[in-house]
Amino acid sequence: MTMGTVLALTGAALAVILAGMGSAYGVGVAGQAASGVVSEDPSKFAKVLIMQLLPGTQGIYGLLVGFIALSKIGVLSGSPAELSTQTGLMILAACLPIAIVGLVSGRHQGKTAVSAIGIVVKKPDQFGKAMLFPAMVETYAILALLVSILAVNGVPV
Amino acid sequence: MADKYIYAVARIRALEMSLFSQTTIDQLIGAKSYKDCISFLVEHGWGDSETDNTDADAILNAETEKTWSVIREMVDDMSIFDVILLPDLFHNLKAAIKTIVAGEVDADIFYDNVSIGGKEMLEIVKSKNFKELPPYMQECANEAYECMVHTGDGQMCDVIIDKGTLLAILSAAAEAKDELLKAYAETTVAVANIKIAVRSLKTAKSMDFMKRAMAPCETLNIDRLAKAALSGMEDVIKYLSETEYAGGALALSESSSAFERWCDNRIIETIRPQKFNAFTVGPLVAYILARLNEIKTVRIVLSGKLNGLPDEAIRERVREMYV
Repeated sequence: MTMGTVLALTGAALAVILAGMGSAYGVGVAGQAASGVVSEDPSKFAKVLIMQLLPGTQGIYGLLVGFIALSKIGVLSGSPAELSTQTGLMILAACLPIAIVGLVSGRHQGKTAVSAIGIVVKKPDQFGKAMLFPAMVETYAILALLVSILAVNGVPV
Repeated sequence: MADKYIYAVARIRALEMSLFSQTTIDQLIGAKSYKDCISFLVEHGWGDSETDNTDADAILNAETEKTWSVIREMVDDMSIFDVILLPDLFHNLKAAIKTIVAGEVDADIFYDNVSIGGKEMLEIVKSKNFKELPPYMQECANEAYECMVHTGDGQMCDVIIDKGTLLAILSAAAEAKDELLKAYAETTVAVANIKIAVRSLKTAKSMDFMKRAMAPCETLNIDRLAKAALSGMEDVIKYLSETEYAGGALALSESSSAFERWCDNRIIETIRPQKFNAFTVGPLVAYILARLNEIKTVRIVLSGKLNGLPDEAIRERVREMYV
């Protein structure tokens, strides 16, 4: 296995690890808030569960980019390509947008979801508006996902 | 560290939904009789299965206990609420000293929601083992006990313990990380100083007495306040008008009960921004203060109804609600 292949694998791993960390934190804090609400008012379970799930997408985006990168370098088919160092570095760089933005946006989306859960508790009829606030953070994770997918696909192997 | 309170704050948000609003308090005032007020409270879930739901004191005590109980479930280290709990702890000390010196034991005069309950406090005072008290209480406890034993002066005993309470509150606030607790402590001490000045003025107390009773705080100059109290009410109002307690000066010129109302409303104004905070201990502190304010307001309404006050007179005395 060449250094290029190792670098490309590192990129795929970072996309999954960092974006997953962001989501784990976001879903975790939103879950704490959701538990607090449900302990006093179980009727709001469905609404707060949706809020808790919102920061979970970054992990999925990281997984998707990781999959594409692994597929690109042939690891999934069992015959990894012999990549040059430059090509490996390019795939690593292509994975970084979703890795970094996934980590940061997952954390922030989790905190925004916590605040939005506060709205759902007091004004359940404003659920739609409350959901928009954490959903706005999603925009940047989607942009990073788009760039990462385009970049990984665009690297010639 | 801020993440520590996410569960608790969300739970508090759900609990805030059952706090009485100004409209609910108006409905309570509108009840025809004292008995109807009690029924109204029971219908709104006040009291519990173990409480005599015809006894207002029992219902209000059950509500206070419910508040602390839910906070204890969510917070491991209750010392963060020292700023709020210290007056109850010092009350137990005061009650224990007077009980021991007078020789009559009445368990009902003690608070149980603090680190040293009535029974334990009585044992400590009886054995004069003040080292078992927290460090901030030891000196004040010894001084108050000796004063009570040697002079039998209950008022001076109260003054010593009340000042000890104010100093302990300031010390707890200095260690507290939450800005709301600091603001609450400062307001509590400043308001206590103003009350001391006004009462001293009305009972013609000396400068020495006032200095002994007041605790220095950042927002008031206690020397100027005490001097103003020696000169008369107009000077007290004039001095307060120059401070951030100008609203209190206006209330003071109206009546003592208006001033008391202003003090409580000021605390509610201080805690109101916590409605929009989701990550610190602030909303928990705000909920406790809001509940205590709510219970106090209900007590005022019940007392007014029991004494046959007209609805308008009761309405003038009720506090602003948090929600």
